[in-house]
Amino acid sequence: MTREAAIGSRDAEPSVTPVTVSRWSRTASAFTGLCLVAVVVLAVVPYTIGGPAEQPLITLFTFIAMASQWNLLAGFSGLTSFGQNAFIGVGAYALYLVAWHGINPFGGIVLAAGVAAVVALPVSALVLRLSGGYFAVATLVVAATFQIIATLSPAVGGTTGVSVPGLAGYSDVLREALIYWSTLVVALVSVAGVYLLVRRTFGLDARAVGSDPVAAASSGVRVGRIRLLAYLVAAGGAGAVGALIALQTLYVEPTTVFNIQYSVDMLFMVLIGGMGTIEGPIIGALVLFALQETLSSYGAWYLVIVGGLAIVTTLAASRGLWGLASERFGWSLLPVGYRVRQKE
Amino acid sequence: MNWVNSVIQGMLLGGQYALIACGLSLTFGVMRIVNLAHGDLAVCGAYLGLVLSSAFGVPVWVTLPLLLPVAFAAGLALQVLLFGRALRHGVLAPVLVTFGLSIMIENLLQVAATSDPRGLNGGALALASFHIGSSITVSWLFLTAFLTACGVLSALQLTLSFTSWGRQVRATSDDLDTARLVGVRVRPVFATVAGIAVATAALAGVFIGTIGTFDPLTGTNVLIFAFEAVVIGGIGSLWGTLVGGMALGVTQVVVGEVNQAYAVLAVNLLFLAVLTVRPGGLFTSHQAVRELQGEGAPG
Repeated sequence: MTREAAIGSRDAEPSVTPVTVSRWSRTASAFTGLCLVAVVVLAVVPYTIGGPAEQPLITLFTFIAMASQWNLLAGFSGLTSFGQNAFIGVGAYALYLVAWHGINPFGGIVLAAGVAAVVALPVSALVLRLSGGYFAVATLVVAATFQIIATLSPAVGGTTGVSVPGLAGYSDVLREALIYWSTLVVALVSVAGVYLLVRRTFGLDARAVGSDPVAAASSGVRVGRIRLLAYLVAAGGAGAVGALIALQTLYVEPTTVFNIQYSVDMLFMVLIGGMGTIEGPIIGALVLFALQETLSSYGAWYLVIVGGLAIVTTLAASRGLWGLASERFGWSLLPVGYRVRQKE
Repeated sequence: MNWVNSVIQGMLLGGQYALIACGLSLTFGVMRIVNLAHGDLAVCGAYLGLVLSSAFGVPVWVTLPLLLPVAFAAGLALQVLLFGRALRHGVLAPVLVTFGLSIMIENLLQVAATSDPRGLNGGALALASFHIGSSITVSWLFLTAFLTACGVLSALQLTLSFTSWGRQVRATSDDLDTARLVGVRVRPVFATVAGIAVATAALAGVFIGTIGTFDPLTGTNVLIFAFEAVVIGGIGSLWGTLVGGMALGVTQVVVGEVNQAYAVLAVNLLFLAVLTVRPGGLFTSHQAVRELQGEGAPG
């Protein structure tokens, strides 16, 4: 992945400084290798440690998936949606409907993601007309509307909700393990998918749109298309997460699956970890997981701390923990941009 | 006659929505901040009214001369400590900071006041009503809320149009850099605007708390209604906000007359419909629409 380029100084001086433009590095290779080993180790957890480790890891993987998806939306494309819980809910209900029609619920996760993305298409036509804070509140309205519609639909149980069918054939151990693997796959696909997507031209375009839509448009970036793609992919991802949540709880109820808490979590993880990096949301997910394990017994105080940390991070360290670390030590484990170095 | 009654009640209800929304509209118009904690600040106003009126044992109206200055000061402090700083960190930061603030306020209220629904002591005014004809009953409280909203909006409009401070606000809103160049001191302008926004929100919160009940999580719904009123009426138009609020109120009451469960859904659908057909709202300038869509992002 090393590309050589000769960049001359602007005046006609013949002093051409040879530079190397590179993206990948030895550290990145080592880290990717380490990640692959970690994934293999995590994949065999149901055979090794089993039950006690699965439940917390499922929570962590769900966090990682949600954070990576929200990062694509807000961190790269500048779309601060606080209504992603709308698509988590749609995914959960889609999984119920799929399972109710006799399709295997685990295969149903993919269908649920598809349904969420399809539902997001007409929604995007409305909300993407707005930007910034107005976009944010419009997404809140959409989530609230979806929740009311679910509450008013007797076909999906109305206010009381419905339990997910089709899982009676599995033993508890097997079901737990299958949910564990599915969550691992969704988290992996979210991280790797976002990474591969932003390494393409899309990533450059999205960051241009996120930082200045006018400048991006005048440089030939198709702003509408980039925002649409980011919105649909993130909605599909949220649908998959919603399906997983339905599988874990085995019950789909409007107030739980449309809970705005999911959006709060996404915001927090991405902010703390570092917006617009691949590593940041994973770190943010670990931080939220640790906070939740230690502080969730304090109830409302836990959320006061979450909100306070979000404000402090935005004002004092807008690039998050990973931003601080990479700035200080020059780390880049999963590089997105290019690096220009002078040749020795 | 029943329908006439619903429409009248809806229009009166809309006044309250406009009262909450004018602060949101003003903050966006001048500072370009959509304050996601605006609804929660209104609920804070209601809780402050509760504390003061039960401490002194008086109807909540008596506490307003104390409550409104406190809210104004809170707005100043928020602008100086949070919003002003957030504005220096680009366009995303205010959205993230105000959402963080919203989470903090909601949960601090839960810690301090539990999640039990509360109501405010509105004194004799809360129960009084008069009749028009045989089938229309108008509550004095609803009428007061509506007239207060009209009064606040008129006062704001007149101040913005005819005073030196109003000219400074309009200049800042039109072009921040040029306003600075011609000698407008922008920070005090921003701080007073934030103070007025929070004070009007607190006043609206007092009406919300007297007319119905509130709990720590009411703020999000209040924000959504205020936001819908602003968008339906048109960004940057105070009278548009009043019309937007009344459109929401009438929709809510008329649909609620048929089936209460569909009232809020109908309001949200009205908002989404306006967004589809006239994304700029009913009364709005082209410049406001461009800014709303992020094409005229401020420097």
